[in-house]
Amino acid sequence: MTDHAANATNQPILQVQDLSVTFPNAGTPVHAVRGVSYEVRRGEFLGIVGESGSGKSVSSMAVMGLLPTNAQVTGSIRYNGTELLGQTDRELSKIRGSEIAMIFQDPLSALTPVYTIGQQIAEGLRLHDSALSQRAAEARAVELLKVVGIPNAERRAKSFPHEFSGGMRQRAMIAIAIANDPQLIIADEPTTALDVTIQAQILEVLQEAKDITGAAVVLITHDLGVVAGNADRVAVMYAGRIVETAPVVPLFREPLMPYTIGLLRSMPNMAANQQERLVPLEGRPPLLTQVPTGCPFAPRCPIAVAACLEGEPALRPVLDGPIDADTTSVQHTAACLRADEIADGSLLRPDIFPRPDEVPEELVAEVVPETVLDVQDLKRTFPLTKGVVFRRVIGTVRAVDGVSFSVQRGRTLGLVGESGCGKTTTIMEILELAKTQGGSIHVNGVDTATLTKPDRRKLRSDIQVVFQDPMASLDPRMTIEDIIGEPLTVHNVSPSEIRERVGAMLELVGLEPSFAGRYPHEFSGGQRQRIGIARALVVEPKILVLDEPVSALDVSVQAGVINLLEDLKQRLGLSYLFVAHDLAVVRHIADDVAVMYLGRIVEYGPSEQIFAHPKHPYTQALLSAVPVPDPELERSRQRILLNGDLPSPSDDRVGCSFRSRCPLFQLLPADKQAVCEADDPRERPLDGRLVACHHAESDRLVPA
Amino acid sequence: MALTDPSTLTVGEPDTMRNAPRRPQSRGRTILRKVLATKRARIGGGVLLFIILWAFLGPLLYPWSFTDQDGLAFSQPPSPSHWFGTNNIGQDVYVQTLVGLQKSLVIGLIVGPAAAIIAGLVGAIAGYVGGVWDKVIVWVIDLLLVIPGFFLLVLLSPVFKSLSWLALVVFLAIFGWMVLARVIRGQTMSLREREYVKAARFMGVPGFTIVRRHIIPNVASLLIIDATLGIGAAILSETTLSFFGFGVQAPDVSLGTLLAAGASAAVTRPWLFVFPAGILVITVLASSLLGDSLRDAIDPTSGANRD
Repeated sequence: MTDHAANATNQPILQVQDLSVTFPNAGTPVHAVRGVSYEVRRGEFLGIVGESGSGKSVSSMAVMGLLPTNAQVTGSIRYNGTELLGQTDRELSKIRGSEIAMIFQDPLSALTPVYTIGQQIAEGLRLHDSALSQRAAEARAVELLKVVGIPNAERRAKSFPHEFSGGMRQRAMIAIAIANDPQLIIADEPTTALDVTIQAQILEVLQEAKDITGAAVVLITHDLGVVAGNADRVAVMYAGRIVETAPVVPLFREPLMPYTIGLLRSMPNMAANQQERLVPLEGRPPLLTQVPTGCPFAPRCPIAVAACLEGEPALRPVLDGPIDADTTSVQHTAACLRADEIADGSLLRPDIFPRPDEVPEELVAEVVPETVLDVQDLKRTFPLTKGVVFRRVIGTVRAVDGVSFSVQRGRTLGLVGESGCGKTTTIMEILELAKTQGGSIHVNGVDTATLTKPDRRKLRSDIQVVFQDPMASLDPRMTIEDIIGEPLTVHNVSPSEIRERVGAMLELVGLEPSFAGRYPHEFSGGQRQRIGIARALVVEPKILVLDEPVSALDVSVQAGVINLLEDLKQRLGLSYLFVAHDLAVVRHIADDVAVMYLGRIVEYGPSEQIFAHPKHPYTQALLSAVPVPDPELERSRQRILLNGDLPSPSDDRVGCSFRSRCPLFQLLPADKQAVCEADDPRERPLDGRLVACHHAESDRLVPA
Repeated sequence: MALTDPSTLTVGEPDTMRNAPRRPQSRGRTILRKVLATKRARIGGGVLLFIILWAFLGPLLYPWSFTDQDGLAFSQPPSPSHWFGTNNIGQDVYVQTLVGLQKSLVIGLIVGPAAAIIAGLVGAIAGYVGGVWDKVIVWVIDLLLVIPGFFLLVLLSPVFKSLSWLALVVFLAIFGWMVLARVIRGQTMSLREREYVKAARFMGVPGFTIVRRHIIPNVASLLIIDATLGIGAAILSETTLSFFGFGVQAPDVSLGTLLAAGASAAVTRPWLFVFPAGILVITVLASSLLGDSLRDAIDPTSGANRD
C-alpha cells in the first residue's frame, strides 16, 4: 500500500450500518440480508465470502441501489459520508459508474450486444463528463483497453462483445469500471464463470486496476482461495449476516467462527496432504423465509450448546491470540458464543470438525488389476457449416484429436482441462458406445465398434454416468424411486426387486430409504447429486463416468459428495473417469491424471507425480493458477500467467498448438523455437509419464 | 434479475424433509390450485361447464323437440311457450339453438384436444428423432401452414356435403395442429439436451420410452393449454364454415347453420340471430378465459406474471 493511501485510511469510503433487505414474496417475505455492517477504507481490498443464498450479492446490490423496487431496504449506507439510502435513482446515477463501479459475474449479459466495446466504454466516460468530445472519449477507451491488457486495442475497440472471449469481456468490463477513476469498485463473483488460467489473469488485472486508480475494492466470491491471495480483510457471510470479519491472515490461520473453520477444512486444498480425507460440513443453510431465533449455524455446528439456540449471537470483537503488532488496530470479530474458547485454545479447531474415518479394512473390495476402459487415438470432428437454405461446410472443428488413455479397475483417472478443450466430447463419445470417427474404445475388453444393438444395451450396465447439474439430471416429474429404478426397467427387472434395490441404493449413498416417494425439488443440491450417484450405481456398473460431479455444489456440500465417491470406490471396487476443471478436487480424488489442451492430452501420468512435478508448460501454468486458501502461501507463490485465450479448435494445426500461449516458448532460443513451429509434438514418456512437449526437460518455469 | 433468481436465494423450497413421509404435493395439484385461485379461471370454467350441461340437458327439460313445428306460431317473438321465439316454419329457436350448440361443442371438444395430441406426437417425434424425420415433418408442417384451409374446404365442399359432420372434425383437426407442433418440436429439442434425457439414453432406455416417459410429460402443460384454447378456436372455425354453407350440412344443425339461417332476418326478427350469436360469443370467451388462466398458471413467463 502506498503512503497516500495510508494517511487517508482514517476515514472509511463506504460505511454500511445495520443493512437489512427483505423481499416481500407473496406472503412469505424473504429476509435476504439481516443487519449487515461493514466498512471499507480507502485503497482497501475487502473480500466478502459466502455460499449461495448467504446474502452477499444482495447486500452489494443494495449499495449500488440496483435492487428491484419491491425490496425493502433499511439501515444506512454511507459513501464518503453521504447517505445513499433514500436517494432517487437519478441522484444515485451520478455516483454509480463514476465514483462507485461494479463488475458483474456474467460479462456477456453485462455488455450490450449491439454496440462495440469502444462505444460502450466511451458512453460510460461521456455520461459522467459531458465536456469530453466523442473522439477524446474513444481515444481514452482504447487507452483503457490497453491498461486491462487487451492486445490490438485499437482494433479490438471496434469489436462487438460476441467477438470477445469470456476473459476478454471481463477485461472490458473492468475497463468500463475504472474508466472514471472510481473510488470504490464492487466486483460480484468476477471470475466464477471463467477458467482458472483466465481467472488468474483477471485477478491480476483487478489488482492492477486497484493500484492505478487507488480505489477500494469489494470482492464478492464463494471461493476462499480467490480471497486469500488478494484481499486485505475478509468478511464471511452466512444466512444473511456477517458471522466473522478479520484481516486475511488471521482469518485463514486462526478462524474463530465454527462455520469458517468448517468451510476451510472442507475445501480440497492444493497445498494439503493429498491422502487426507475432507471434512464435510453436514446440513444445509437455513431458509431465508424465517427469521432464526438462535444462531443460524447452530443446527450444523458440532459445538453448539443450549445457549446457542437462545437469541442470535451478535458480531463482537474477540480477544485473539498472538497477532502481529501492527494489525492490533484491526479487529477480529466473530458471531459465536464460544469464540473466546476457540481463541484461547481450550477448544481445538481440528477437534471441532474431526476428519471422518477411512473405510474399514474388511469392507474394502478386493480388486483384480485389469483394464476396464481403453481409449486409443480417439478422434471426433464436427463440420462447421454456413448458410441457412444451402448449408455448406466451411471447416471442421477438431473437438477431440487423437486422445488415448486407459482406466484400471479400482482406480480413478482425472481428465482435466479448460472449457472447450474437448473433455466433455471425449466422455460423450465413450458413453455412446458406438463406432467412433477415428480410433477405438474398448469397454471391459469389448470393442464398441463391433457391438450389436442388444449387446450394446447389455454393456450399458457396465458404464454409467453422473452429470454436473444435480437439478437438470433428474426428471422433475418423477419420484426418486422411479428415477433411481429407471436403469433397471431396461433390463427387465421385476417391480418388487426394483423397489428393494432402490431402497438399498438410497442407504448406500447415505439417504433415508423412506425418501423414495418424494420428488427431486424437495432435496438440496448435495442430496440430489447423491440420488444421481444412486441411479448410476443401481445397475452395478464397473465404470462410472463423472462429469464435473461437484462443480455445481457449494463448498461445504462438495466435501460430503467427494467422500462418498471415495468410499464407494473402495467398497465396490469401482473405476472412475472423473472429468473436472477444479484441479484441487481432481488432485484429491484421482490416481492418474490426463491434462487436455485443444483436443489432445498434453500430459498423462500418476497424479502425485504430475501435481508435484508438472513437466508440460501448460500443466505448470494450470497448477500455478489454482488459488490456494492460504494467504501467506498464496502471496509468496509465483504465477505463470498464460497470455490470451484458448485458440479456436477449427484452425489448422501446424507445429505445437500451445506455442501461441506457451511461456516456455518465449524463453527458448530461436533454433528450439523452430522445432515447436514445425513439429507437432506427440506424447512421449518422460519421468514416468507421457508428455507432449519437445522441451519438457528444460528448466521448470516456477521454482519449487 | 439475478437477485430474485431462486438459485441464489434459498426461497420457497418447502422444508418437508423433517416432516412425516406424507405424499408431496404434485406439480399438477399446485397448478390446479393456482388456476382455481384466479377469478378468470373460475368464471371461464364455470360458464363452460354450465353451457355444456345446458346444451345436453336443456332439450330434455323442454316440451318441444328441434324437428317439431308449431302450426299456431310462425315467426313469433320470444314468449312463455317458445322461450327464444319461433322461425318462419314454426320451429322453436330455443331448442334449435341448444341442439346446434351441442354439435358445435362436440366438434370443439373433439377438435381442440385432437389437434393438441397430433401436435404433441408429431412435434415430439420430430424434435427427438431429428435427422431426416425432422426434415420431412417440418416440410409437411410448412406445407400445411401455407395451404389456406378455408379455400381447400371450399374446393372440397362437394365431397364434404356427401359425408357426415365427422369429416369436418377430421378436416379441422388436420389444419389445426401445425403451429403448436413447431413449438413442441422446439421444446423437445431443448429437452433432448437435458441431462436426465441423456442419462436415460446412456442407460439404454429405448427412444420411444424416452419420449413417453420424459418428453411428453414435460410438454404436457403446453398441450393442455392449447387443447383448451383450441376448443374455442375450433368452434369458431366450424361456425364460420357452416355459416357459408361448407361445414355442417342439413339435417344436422350447428350454431353456424342457425346463424346463416337467421342472418337475413337479423334486423326484422332479431331473435333468430341474437340468441345463437350471443351463446357462441359466450362459449368462445369462456374457453379462452380458461385457456388463458391455465397458461398463466403453468408458464411463469407469460403476461400476467411479468408485472
